[in-house]
Amino acid sequence: MADTLRIEGAVTPEGPHGRKPRRALSRRNIMIYGVLLLAAFYYILPLYVMVVTSLKGMPEIRLGNIFSPPVEITFEPWVKAWSEACTGLNCDGLSRGFWNSVLITVPSVLISIAVASINGYALANWRFKGSDVFFTILIVGAFIPYQVMLYPMVIILRELGIYGTLAGLIVVHTVFGMPILTLLFRNYFTSLPEELFKAARVDGAGFWGIYLHIMLPMAVPIMVVAMILQVTGIWNDFLFGVVFTRPDYYPMTVQLNNIVNSVQGVKEYNVNMAATILTGAVPLAVYFFSGRYFVRGIAAGAVKG
Amino acid sequence: MTSSVSIKNLSLDFGAVSVLKTLNLDIEDGEFLVLLGSSGCGKSTLLNCIAGLLEPTAGQIFIKGRNVTWEEPKDRGIGMVFQSYALYPQMTVEKNLSFGLKIAGMDRSEIERRVARAAGILQIEPLLKRKPAELSGGQRQRVAIGRALVRDVDVFLFDEPLSNLDAKLRAELRVELKRLHQSLKNTMIYVTHDQIEALTLADRIAIMKNGVIQQLDAPDVIYNAPRNLFVAGFIGSPSMNFLKGTLVADPGGIAFETNGARFSLAGYRTPATLDAGRPVLLGLRPEHIRVNEEGGAVSHEAIVDIEEPMGADNLLWLKHAGHTLSVRVNGARRFSPGTAVRLSFDMAMASLFDAASEERL
Repeated sequence: MADTLRIEGAVTPEGPHGRKPRRALSRRNIMIYGVLLLAAFYYILPLYVMVVTSLKGMPEIRLGNIFSPPVEITFEPWVKAWSEACTGLNCDGLSRGFWNSVLITVPSVLISIAVASINGYALANWRFKGSDVFFTILIVGAFIPYQVMLYPMVIILRELGIYGTLAGLIVVHTVFGMPILTLLFRNYFTSLPEELFKAARVDGAGFWGIYLHIMLPMAVPIMVVAMILQVTGIWNDFLFGVVFTRPDYYPMTVQLNNIVNSVQGVKEYNVNMAATILTGAVPLAVYFFSGRYFVRGIAAGAVKG
Repeated sequence: MTSSVSIKNLSLDFGAVSVLKTLNLDIEDGEFLVLLGSSGCGKSTLLNCIAGLLEPTAGQIFIKGRNVTWEEPKDRGIGMVFQSYALYPQMTVEKNLSFGLKIAGMDRSEIERRVARAAGILQIEPLLKRKPAELSGGQRQRVAIGRALVRDVDVFLFDEPLSNLDAKLRAELRVELKRLHQSLKNTMIYVTHDQIEALTLADRIAIMKNGVIQQLDAPDVIYNAPRNLFVAGFIGSPSMNFLKGTLVADPGGIAFETNGARFSLAGYRTPATLDAGRPVLLGLRPEHIRVNEEGGAVSHEAIVDIEEPMGADNLLWLKHAGHTLSVRVNGARRFSPGTAVRLSFDMAMASLFDAASEERL
């Protein structure tokens, strides 16, 4: 021991020291980056074709080379898709559908999150008689295919006098978002320390007081997750939009389908591509700007399950 | 002294499991009562019942003579401090302290006065504008105590408040809590599984097991005259030595015999009559056995097996008449393993338990 313990004269010790060197082109790195690049390429290719095609004129498209970049860049297909493309009687493009979708999505998202967060909070913290049964029924609801419930829902909306209106569709989206959102909020609130809830009760806060002052400010991460789920889900919805509204209120997805699948005239691939990108732009933007929160929220919800 | 908190025939069942069993407890005004027990004994459940956070299945709870069994926590005149501190993370310390008062609709000048007073007592004035995440564990617990303090209540409830702190901080805050109680003179009910906290803080300790209070007494009574085998084994570290044997007739009165070793019980005071032939357990605390000293009623040979120096004390594990005895001696006195020593026993400080009922004789 004595001769290996050198205290005086700080000499660099022989043998390995410091950080372990790693090769940039190790077999492991090649595998990882290779697979990642391949996967990225696989997903980016269709998007590339769409963007390229939407910037070409029809004569160029007819040449048939879908991968080649546009020789003459034109934004005319985008303008046409947004404001001129015809669907049935109307020839005002996707813009009408866009605003319909906004009118549908914004209230649906706000109402469903508000109701679901209260549901989740009540189920997590105020265990009432039969709360477990209630929760089970709600979860079972999440596993029943939507198609089964379409016709009963139509009848219910008709009886309520809101069939074919925006309000009716908002109700449908709120109801169908309930199981998954309630589960999300319940699990999140359950993961918060129970003593916080108890402390608030000792402090004299009631059901709404605790919800508004204590729980809601702590629920921001899960709110963002719920918002992303709902915005993308409702924006991308096609089925409910076509079943529960009239053509005047068709959301953007239905409008897109009607443009792309219109049988009269020539197929304008460039317009179709532009219209598709426009329709997908909102969910894409949501992911792009809040993906960070999305991951954080999922992680926050998962740590204490 | 009037009784501050009074619990009458309190029971609580979770489904088929009965957590509290017809419990009775009277806590005097200004008393520091510690509920002590291992996890699952029902001590926290009892505290939550007093706070109004759990509904009892049967029985009544009185605070200051008022039946509060069905009242909301806020109306009971209690303040509570939790193990995890339970500070509202999005609020500053000041908001944490004033939250309950704002909910109660108190006017702003009174809120400010109370927050300032609590902050002064707990010395947390410089922290008032900070968020809980920016505080250390000890500071957080001070704020949590402050939240109970501003409520200006009759009864403080503590649910293992020091368990999440490291040993050094725990000892510091323990002293602070005792000082707080001495200056405020409020009734305090304190749940812990730490017997040192219980012995140092309590006016009286209630030791619980399986939803039943085993003994309710002052700390020194609990320590020196445990009512049954469970209490005797639970309190004290290292644990009391238990010797299994029988009572025998002896020229000097009655004696205890185990594996041929005989202990005269002349110094043992008990209201019970000790009959020869009864199977019993003799309990001896490690510090009530003397090594190589003159005096003491009984004297025996033993061999040192293990020595554990602990600084101030030196803990010896001795082989004696087929038993292992732990003995505490002064830290300066060292013994090497294998040494033969002479033991004398202070029988006035011993405890005798019936082998069948495990009750003190």
